Amino acid sequence: MTAALESTVVDLAASSVRALNAELHRPASKSYEVRNPAGAHAVAAGVDADIDVEVHGHVGYYAAGMNSRARITVHGNAGTGVAENMMSGTVRVTGDASQSAGATAHGGLLVVEGSASMRCGISMKGVDIVVGGDIGPMSAFMAQAGRLVVCGDAGADLGDSIYEARIYVRGNVGSLGADCVEKQVRAEHLAELAELLAAAGLDHAPEEFRRYGSARRLYHFTSENTY
Amino acid sequence: MCGIVGLHVRDPELFPRLGRLLETMVGGVVERGPDSAGVAIYGDRRRCPEGYAAISVLARDVALDLPGLLVTEAGDTTVLAAPMPPDALVLAVRTALPDATVVGTGTDLTVYKGTGDPRTLAGTYDLANATGWQGLAHTRMATESAVTPEGCHPFSVGPDQCLVHNGSFANHATIRRELQAAGHVFDSENDSEVGARFVADRLARGEDLDKALRLLCERFDGFYTLLVTSADGFAVVRDAIACKPAIIAETDRWVAMASEFRALAELPGAESARLYEPEPERVYHWTREGVRL
Repeated sequence: MTAALESTVVDLAASSVRALNAELHRPASKSYEVRNPAGAHAVAAGVDADIDVEVHGHVGYYAAGMNSRARITVHGNAGTGVAENMMSGTVRVTGDASQSAGATAHGGLLVVEGSASMRCGISMKGVDIVVGGDIGPMSAFMAQAGRLVVCGDAGADLGDSIYEARIYVRGNVGSLGADCVEKQVRAEHLAELAELLAAAGLDHAPEEFRRYGSARRLYHFTSENTY
Repeated sequence: MCGIVGLHVRDPELFPRLGRLLETMVGGVVERGPDSAGVAIYGDRRRCPEGYAAISVLARDVALDLPGLLVTEAGDTTVLAAPMPPDALVLAVRTALPDATVVGTGTDLTVYKGTGDPRTLAGTYDLANATGWQGLAHTRMATESAVTPEGCHPFSVGPDQCLVHNGSFANHATIRRELQAAGHVFDSENDSEVGARFVADRLARGEDLDKALRLLCERFDGFYTLLVTSADGFAVVRDAIACKPAIIAETDRWVAMASEFRALAELPGAESARLYEPEPERVYHWTREGVRL
């Protein structure tokens, strides 16, 4: 049974992403190492298994998309839509993430150790996202549930048209989008921040963050919404 | 969807490899634009020798009698180079070939455009053997106008200038009419050509690339990631929403821009390059002054 404990190596210079994903969808091993992704799309997308996947190099679009249960680490940068629609598990990017990181994700934890660009957490539906650096403009647009923690700065229009979801930013916010407001940080928020930062492996003090969320003024149509 | 790649070489040791590097970059954006591809090369003295002007036309079997004329056929495009001023060469070619569309002119630039598979077209253009200090390529998935050589990018409508575009302009018809009223003549129905003519118009007024592109951001609505090149540089700009992808990589030896990282992955030193995405409505501009000569 020792074979199951060893990491299976898949070299994308010699193997296709389709073959990699077919293996990850019916994994014979508990642990995989992926080499030479060279910006390929959909690396380790659609995994639904309690496995570890280590990707060494930069990946393209939709890496670890739809992830369930797996712990997937990208040692490099990720392209558009990393961990989009994730259900559970953990996705970690040691470098930067392109736009729409964690888009529409329902659950699990996405950690971006570097910065994430525009629309991080767009339409997030329950995922936790922790970004070590900055996030770009229009992040958490129409966010519905989950928590977004930003250790650096947030770009313009943060949380535009947000429904629910809690946003914590340690640095500056470029501007707040429609119906997104700053909110009081209470004890339960400090507690959940401490938990999220610990899960991400970051040691910032929770007290350094400010909280943002929905003013809930866009839930219902009012006469103010007319021209 | 379209694919854009551009390479601005800082280290002269890489000049002989420009074409080969660009070819690998094109390979990374084939899926983004499988219907046509165009290429622009700056500084290939075999294609446009020192003291020559070059003109690229969409025509085949060109018969023209000019002293010292070099003729290179590359699929839909024919490149003519002659030891004479660019304006004189353009006049001679337009007189002899009134129906041919001119797709590029300059003293340092050759442009190739055509429809078909980008990898095959790279061979048709002999891209692998191109040399020089700067180049760009575009792979097209047509959305706003027909798949024709005229609709293919780059759009080169001013001397030694090129523009490639991923996206679609919303108000191009309005701006086209304004430019036409001011005397500009268009070669295609393509929305990107309007952007190229707008930039050329601003550059002709003496504005620099940076200013011209900031004005473009003010005037044009729609989606765009643009790469614009001139005789002295290379600029990138994206619209305010910035949903058309772009990534920039910089090393001491080169600056490269592409729609996706996979087009950059095989460049020498890419693994340690500084990688970043251009921010919305910010003009990124590099000039040749930075080139180590």
